[in-house]
Amino acid sequence: MNCDECKKRPATVHFTQVYNGKMVETHLCQQCYVQKGGIIFDVAKQLSLPNLLGSFFVSNYNLQDMKSLSSTTACPNCGMKLGDISNTGRLGCSRCYTAFERELEPTLRRVHGDSRHVGKIPARGGEKVMVKKKIEGLKYQLQKAIAVEDYEKAAEIRDEIKETEKQLD
Amino acid sequence: MKADNLLNSNFVRWMAADEGPETDIVVSSRIRLARNLDLIPFPHLLNQERGKKCLQELQSAWKKSDNKDLKEMDLFTFDQLTSLERQMLVEKHLISPNHAESDESFRGVLANADGSLVIMINEEDHLRIQCFLPGLQLEECYRRAQKIDDDLEKNLNFAFDDTRGYLTSCPTNVGTGMRASVMLHLPAIVFSGQTNHIFHNIGQLGMAVRGIYGEGTEMVGNFFQLSNQITMGQSEEDIINNLNTITTQVVEQERLIREKLAEEMKYQLEDRVGRAYGILSSARVLNSNEAMSLLSDVRLGVDMGILAKIKPYALNELVVAIRPAHLQKKTGKEMDAFHRDVKRAEVIQERLAITRG
Repeated sequence: MNCDECKKRPATVHFTQVYNGKMVETHLCQQCYVQKGGIIFDVAKQLSLPNLLGSFFVSNYNLQDMKSLSSTTACPNCGMKLGDISNTGRLGCSRCYTAFERELEPTLRRVHGDSRHVGKIPARGGEKVMVKKKIEGLKYQLQKAIAVEDYEKAAEIRDEIKETEKQLD
Repeated sequence: MKADNLLNSNFVRWMAADEGPETDIVVSSRIRLARNLDLIPFPHLLNQERGKKCLQELQSAWKKSDNKDLKEMDLFTFDQLTSLERQMLVEKHLISPNHAESDESFRGVLANADGSLVIMINEEDHLRIQCFLPGLQLEECYRRAQKIDDDLEKNLNFAFDDTRGYLTSCPTNVGTGMRASVMLHLPAIVFSGQTNHIFHNIGQLGMAVRGIYGEGTEMVGNFFQLSNQITMGQSEEDIINNLNTITTQVVEQERLIREKLAEEMKYQLEDRVGRAYGILSSARVLNSNEAMSLLSDVRLGVDMGILAKIKPYALNELVVAIRPAHLQKKTGKEMDAFHRDVKRAEVIQERLAITRG
């Protein structure tokens, strides 16, 4: 079927309007449709990853919050605002992760089902992290020892935690 | 430069089908690690001046390193490469289509001569360290990529947070910053009509299935890319194990259907392979989709022992050699679609004749 307007290009937009109880069908090609003031809904673009991610960021706030947030909160390092992030689905720099920590938490949970990293730790600058992770692990073992009433082992682990914590100072 | 090979020859390491395990179905494996410099804006916010500084920092860390793999790499910034050459890297699957769009001097690639190690510079993240190998070799890919990560880190301050892990431009990559993927050739599963069902199930397990050129590309020639979606709450080893397990299951399924086809539809199968080979060896005009689909049939024939004389690595090479940028590079000029179709048929016949010996 060709376009009702130009009669040349194939019609890709079809709609039915009702005038005074009479149904009128119109078939237009994309160009003529736009010329007549029609709006093209670009579904692929609307549902692109950045757009979807961006909407995760802001869906945790109501509109009032949004207005005040987007005007005031900016990353102190790169100047990105929450509004920019929700538009692009991208953060501006590593500092954004702390600047928008609260907004990020639910987004990360939705995307990954978790918001904690459990993988590789860089060797440089990662020593403290490794010590912290070790303490976390020891605390977990301590709980387990207490749960099975192995107090001797619990005391050992407690001492080890104290010893390990010294490395953090 | 050593890595000039990447632009002058069709062959890159992942095509070496005689090297890895399961290469009859798993074409290649890739590990990609996203890393960023602390406090320096992510690439999408970099202007020329800051971008240049960022590149300099990365470059000096690379030059300082005594890692053998890093020492063997060459740097290509995108102002040095033509858009055709950048497109050739996309066609070889070494960089993303998005990355190739830029001609800025602070973006580029660090790559070794066989294309097994390719670092994208200032793509979506400051660094994306990638290792590509033939067959199912995710662990080995990870071992090599992570070694480079360790060595670069000695001279760079990577953005890392205790709880969030490696910080990335897009929150879908934060945590391990790792994307593991395998490229699969699944003609039997497609033939059986079970693709949607299988891919739906894979999706439920935190994995994604895509066409061979990554996000948003269509599936051609029965090739699929399987990759992890989740980068938090799982260690690198977990992610690789999961992908290995799922891949192994898909491979088993594909083999099962292939066996069934050989038993129950022997003549139809051999007929299809034979016809594909016939067209490829005598057609004068071949468009990309037709060529890809025929090459897929021929590949199936080769992998199932129906066509014995063609070497699998030659088919891997052909899949890349028949793409528009490679055809135009070979001819040395720009060509319209029709002339590319003619050249494509020529290139295929040349290659098939060579491997038939």
